[in-house]
Order: sequence, then structure tokens, then C-alpha cells
Amino acid sequence: MDSRLLHDLKTLLGTEAVLHKPEDLLLYEYDGSVEVARPNCVVFPAKTADVVEIVRLANRHQTPIVGRGAGTGLSGGALARRGGIIVSFARMNRVLEIDAENQRATVQPGVVNSDLSVAVAHTGLHFAPDPSSQKACTIGGNVSENSGGPHTLAYGVTTNHVLAMEVVLPTGELIRLGSPALDPPGYDMTGLFVGSEGTFALVTEITVKLTRLPEAVKTLLAIYDSVNDATETVVEITARGITPAACEMLDGWTIRAVEAYVHAGFPLDCPAILLIDVDGLREDVEAQAEAVADVCRLHHAREVRLARDAAERDLLWKGRKNAFGAVGRISPTYYTQDGVIPRTKLPATLRRISEIGKKYGFEIGNVFHAGDGNLHPIIPFDPRKEKQLQNAVAAADEIIEFCVEVGGAITGEHGVGMEKDRLMPLLFNEADLGLMRRVRDIFNPAGLLNPGKILPDSKGCGEIYVRPRPDTASPSA
Amino acid sequence: MSMLVTDISKHVAGIVGPSFVIGDPADLAAYKIEGKVPGAAARPATSTQVAELVKFAAAEKLAIVPMGARTKLGMIPSLNRYDLAIDMTRLDRVVAYDPDDLTLGVEPGVPLGRIAGVLAAHKQFLPLAVPFLNRATVGGTIASGVDSPLRQFFGTARDYVLGMEFVTGDGTLAKSGGRVVKNVSGYDLHKLMIGSMGSLGVITQINFRTFPSLAATCVFIAAVDSAARAIELRHRVVQSPLRPLTMDILSPRAAELLSSSVAARTDPNPIPANVFAPSHWSFVVSYAGTENVLARYERDLRQMAGGTSIALCEGSAASAALGRLREFTAIALESSAAATIVKMSALPTRLKELLNDASRIAEKMDVPWAAVARGVGVICCALLPGDRGEETRQRVQRTVAQLIEACDRLSGNAAILACPAEWKGSLPAPAAQRGDFEQMQKVKKVFDPDGNLAPALVSKRT
Repeated sequence: MDSRLLHDLKTLLGTEAVLHKPEDLLLYEYDGSVEVARPNCVVFPAKTADVVEIVRLANRHQTPIVGRGAGTGLSGGALARRGGIIVSFARMNRVLEIDAENQRATVQPGVVNSDLSVAVAHTGLHFAPDPSSQKACTIGGNVSENSGGPHTLAYGVTTNHVLAMEVVLPTGELIRLGSPALDPPGYDMTGLFVGSEGTFALVTEITVKLTRLPEAVKTLLAIYDSVNDATETVVEITARGITPAACEMLDGWTIRAVEAYVHAGFPLDCPAILLIDVDGLREDVEAQAEAVADVCRLHHAREVRLARDAAERDLLWKGRKNAFGAVGRISPTYYTQDGVIPRTKLPATLRRISEIGKKYGFEIGNVFHAGDGNLHPIIPFDPRKEKQLQNAVAAADEIIEFCVEVGGAITGEHGVGMEKDRLMPLLFNEADLGLMRRVRDIFNPAGLLNPGKILPDSKGCGEIYVRPRPDTASPSA
Repeated sequence: MSMLVTDISKHVAGIVGPSFVIGDPADLAAYKIEGKVPGAAARPATSTQVAELVKFAAAEKLAIVPMGARTKLGMIPSLNRYDLAIDMTRLDRVVAYDPDDLTLGVEPGVPLGRIAGVLAAHKQFLPLAVPFLNRATVGGTIASGVDSPLRQFFGTARDYVLGMEFVTGDGTLAKSGGRVVKNVSGYDLHKLMIGSMGSLGVITQINFRTFPSLAATCVFIAAVDSAARAIELRHRVVQSPLRPLTMDILSPRAAELLSSSVAARTDPNPIPANVFAPSHWSFVVSYAGTENVLARYERDLRQMAGGTSIALCEGSAASAALGRLREFTAIALESSAAATIVKMSALPTRLKELLNDASRIAEKMDVPWAAVARGVGVICCALLPGDRGEETRQRVQRTVAQLIEACDRLSGNAAILACPAEWKGSLPAPAAQRGDFEQMQKVKKVFDPDGNLAPALVSKRT
């Protein structure tokens, strides 16, 4: 790295806020995916003005720059694919304003997702998007990736909850998008920027909507003797017009991994469970829970359990949200995929995933947002064994191709990042990609901001990207 | 435009077929915007034809405006040029409807009424309870970004549009998003198209998430003596566990309009007498659910409203009341030849101040007015002068300027939804927020490099 740039960064931020030694950079080679890319340095701004200056310096030195929250992302979005400076928002983690009366909060990007809900809990409100990694992931990261989570089935994903942002463009210009009041005139720039995976700007402030906590919640655990019955249940719940707050599925392999770790009370001998939340008014929840239970029984659920109290409910959800951590205990390395399909295609897709696993010699686990048709196949592999990583990637690609074939998309919530840019042509033709490129170039004309993400560099799908060998486990999703 | 009008028609006929070109000046009057009549109107039937039309227009530097049922042309920002109308009503196919997946793909020219019928057969609906519902097309509704009282519960189109296909200003057919309920593949370009008034592209397909039909719906209307009291009720509901479908506050004049014979022309469903009390402010809430849920809402709402006079509508009366509420903008436009409608927003806690400001400003300027304030913090303020005279125009102009200032002062937003065509150029245009104006201009330049589509939406803040 240019020593002059390093010197300037240290002068700006202080020596302790700039990491550049190889041993310090190791951690920042990774996120939650199987991607690896090493930055030249990592900087820790404390305020927006620091971010502006960092961007200006990077510009002057024509060095790539990549924003990073907690590094829990699953598509390599926060990795420095072309090297350069990682801007960690770890120190910009203050909740700037809680406006409970207007159900809004303004936060710095480094605020941890669940910390915001904790901070506003006394007002009866919460921040609805709840990725499984919500105890670690940051709201800045959520905004970049347009993150989802189990309860986005009823409450929507991050973009549905963001009203305004302050961002630093790659030129160093500081602008505000959207407004805390609704319906700002002109184009929906906030909607465009959320989910742009850090390729348009670095976000320095976010105003989000807060959602009132429901009066009543009921959690059902439906236990099945066949995966197919579980997926057919989900199809019918959707078709009957029941909208649970969350509808998650875990297959037998995942259940056993989770149970050994969390002891959530999941039965060890079944091939599939559904974990379903219904919420709302007391008068409504009772009827909804009964309707859901009826559908489960109709599709041969062996047992439908209703969590007796908040403690049992929390334990069941702990099982779900720690599933990825649990998998890490039995397979130190695994590849978590993220595909999305029309919900009616769930049974066929799960059958196909199982076939693909057999073809490549993997036992693929599934823990996913069934109600949204958002799959997360987990492919455990051993990177020390010949071709295992390549085979895991090949299996994952086949799964994603199948998702697209049945009318789905290549990513539901993890983002395209550097993992799936080469798969974008499965969904979009050159005209679509060309327009997306031109839109990116409006904000990021020199391509210094998060280069090598989302859009394939070369035309067509021909580029073969070979991942570096990972040598550590994936953190939780 | 250097091309002769007859030549435009001839070329356009080559693309869409001679039967689908309108060149006769008498017929073209139907496509008039702000008194300007285009050289021709084309009625394409496919997205390929739309792309060819736009390419032709780009090559000949013709200014084009896409449109559906033409119910909201008055919302288009002031046009300098207008050579070719693209009438999208022949792109009227339901491309894909998967009821069990709750997803729908439609061409833009499908009337909302037809979509409602298709979805109702599967007990589903789209929460687009927008003005001109019985005439409007889905494309015009989305492109104009008009809101619906149902946004209280369902949000706006940006919350349930899953993807789009559109033709940009250079004639490129492009798409973003998809037809699955959760998707982060690529940039959400379709969000830009919502409310862009055709200035970024011509929409050729829209994919939606659909919703299960509502259970039995009730409308609860409390007649209260002040805006302040109505807003206090709004705050109480928001702080309660209730999650109503709609929540609106009507000024006395708005209540009167919704009960008027003009309203009956817009939405013919009969409404029981005295539902909207013209001498009072009205607090209007709707909700749906099982018998127990409805009883809970009624009990809690009655308790909150205390001793005020309550009207409760169920069944067809509820549909009629919501129909009137939905059509407020259309009713206001019908009721005055010079109706000028300003949409204003503010944080909910500042709604009271903004409503007070609006009432004070309109009354000081002696302009009759009516307002519907949505609980989410958006006010539709209709100025209803009796004539289009010059003196009236000046008064309305000053009123609009002051309303925009009031929004600015309260960190809110403003937009002019409608006004007499000949006034458009002289009314102050609302400006973009702080820094994003330049970025919006750049977006416009990428989507419409030669500026052949309708003009950009915003002006620079001065």
C-alpha cells in the first residue's frame, strides 16, 4: 500500500484507528461467506467527517474503498475484492435519536440490529427486520444488503423500513436522501440506494421506521415425518391467505445439529419441522393459530405444539436463529446458499436439492424462510479434501439455476456481492445489466467504491471465477 | 421536432399498424395535456412496439408522454414539448397470475377494475384503493404514485411491487426485480419508476405481490369538534395495539364533499345519510377481521373517542364510505373548475400544526379548501376556488407558495397533484430535498439521455 496514503490515514484518524499489518488484516479477509479477499488496510472512522476525508484520500490515491459493518454478510459484500481500504463502521455505533411518538429512529451505520430494538423496547416499539445474525450484524450492513429475516414475511425487509439516509458519495460529497416525513418529491432515491451493496455510497446515518410490538404472539412447532408434508403445509398456508408473522423450516439434519447445541426441544427423529409465529390482537391470534394448526394436521403433521410461554417461545427461536452456529460444530466449513423461489415450488425444489446433494456427495441441510420461499441450503464440505470446495460451489450453482428455472431469483436476502455477480446473467440480459452499470456509474464513476461486486465485469457468463481456499468456518448467518 | 405531423403518423403506423395511430386533430383532443395537442397518438400492443416507438421518437427527437386511461395527466409537470402520445391501453394482458404464490404480473394498460375481478375470483386483492379506481389503469396508477388510504396498513406501491419491465428513453427494453416476494438480485430500478410520471421510462410490465382478501370490514367515524381532537385520536390509536387498515382525518368541507352529489357521480355506491358530518371534523378508521376482532376494535375505538358522535358502517355501507374516501381527489377535482390539490407531508406529531397552517393560510387568502389527512402523516389539501380568473390564480398561487413554505418549516414535503392546466407554469413547483436533486438529474440523464420522455419531476431548491 502507498505509504503516503497510510500516513495520511493515520494523521486523520490516529494510529490506533488504522490497521495495516498482515496479522491485523487476517480477520478482514472474511465475512460469513466462503469468499476471501485481503484489504490493504482497515480504518475506523468515528464520525461522518472522518468518512468524508477517508473517501477524499482514497480518491486522491485512486484506491478502492469498501464499507463494512460486522462482517456477517454472506456474499462477500464487505470484502475488498480488489484490495484497498476497508472502512469499518464499528466506532460509528450510536443511536442518534429515538422519536417514539413518530415511530422513527436515526442511527449511525454501526449500530447492531438488535441493539436498536433493545434501545426502544421501553416504548413498545422495535426495528422489524431481524436477520438471524441480528445480535451481531449492523443496520448499515442491513441497509447495504437490504437484509431480511424470519419475520420479514409479515413485516417486510429492510427497504420497507428505511425513510432517509445520509451518505458519502465516492467523490466525498455528503448528501441526504429521502426524508423522515413521507413522500419526498422526486424519485425514490432511498429505495434505489437500499440494497445497492455499498456500490453507490458509504452510508453514515439512517432514519428507520419503528414498528409497534404485537399485543399477542403464538409460536407453533409442527413436527413432520416427511419433508414433503412440511413444504406442502407451507404452500397451503400461503394459498389459504393466512399470513403468519414468520414461517421457518428446518430439516432433520439441521434439527439434529441445532438440538445438540441449543437443546431447543426439537425432536431428533423427524425429517422436518416448521416453526410458525402468528401475532396481532389477542382476539386474532387465537383464531390464526388454530387455522395454522389445522393446515399442519391436514398435511399429516405428527404433532403440533404450541409454545406455552415466552420462555418456551424464545427457546424455539433460539434454536432457529443459532442454526448456522450449530452447523459449525459438526462441519467446520460449510457453504450457505441463498435462493428464492415461488412458494408453490418448495416441494419440488427441496427434492431437487436433495438430488443435487447426492450427485456431488454432500448431505445438504436446509434451514430457511419457508413462508417467503427463501431457501438456505447448507452444503458442508472439507476444504482439505480434493475438489470439495469446487464441488460445493458447483452444487450451489445447480441449486440456484434450478431456482431461476422455476421462476425464482439468485438471492433473496444475502446479496449478490462477489459470490454471485457471475450468476447475474441467469436473470438479467445485457440491456438490464448495462442499465444497472450506468446507474452505478452515476454515483461511482471511477469504480473505486466496492469494486467487483453485483455486476459481472465481463460480458456474459463465461468468466470462471476460482475462489481462494478458505481455511476457517463460516460464522453464523 | 423537425418532422411533419403527417410523417410522424406514417412512421408510427409502420410500427403499430395504421388502425392504431390517431392523427386526426379532433380525436387527438382526448390526448391534450395543458392545452397542448400531440402530433399523433400511438396505441402499441406489445413491449417490442413500445420500444420501437421510443427508438423512433429518440431518433427524431420527438417528445413523448406515455399514458393509460388519462385520468391523471394533470399531475405531469409542466411540458415544454409534446409530440407523441403513447396510449398504453392495448397492453392490457394479465401476463401471469399465480394465486397460490400470491404474485401477479400485468401489462400497464390493464384497468384496476379488471385486476380486482381477476384477483377476487381467488379471494385476493391489491391494496391500490386509488382515485379514479373505476377508470384508471394499473400503469398510470403506479407511474403517478398516487396513494391509497390503505397505505396505513399495507404501505405504498414500493412495498408490494416486486419487479418491472420498462423501456428507457433510448428505446432499450430493460427490467429489474422479479416475481418472487423476496429478492435482492441487482439494483431496485423499478422503485425509481414508481411515481416517476413516465419521465424515466415507459412501463411495459409490473409484478406485484397480492394479498388475501380482507375479512368483514367496518368503518368507524367519529365526528369531533376540532382537528386537534381528531389528531389526538390518531395518536391514541397508533399507541394502542390496534392496526387499522385506514386512518384518516377529514376537514368539515371534505366531509361535506364526500357526502355531496358530486361524490355520488364519482362513486355511485349509496352511502347512508349523515355518515360524514359536514359540520365537524371526522376521524375515520377502518378495520377488518373476525367477529371478535371487529368487536374489539369497536370497543377500543369507542372508549378512545369518549362521548363523541359515532357512525359505524358495515358491509356495503363500509365499502361505500371507503369508496368516497378513496375518491377524495377525484371528487375535489369535480367540485371546482379551478381545483388545485397540494399533497403535504410532515411527521405525525406535526400534523396538527400543518393542518392548522393549511387552514389559516387558505382562510387568510380567502380560498375555499378541504383536506384529508392520513394518519401516516400525509395531507391531501384541495383548494377549491370558484373560478379561473386572473385574480383567483394569483391568490391560489400565493396560497400554494405559503403551503409549501409551511411544509418546509415543519421539515415536511409538498407536491402539487393537480391544478388547472393553464396555471401549471405559474404555480411554484416543490423542490427536492437538500442534496439529492443533482443525483436525480443524473438518474434522469441515464434513463432518458436526450430528454424525450416527460420532464423530470423536481426542481432545484432555491
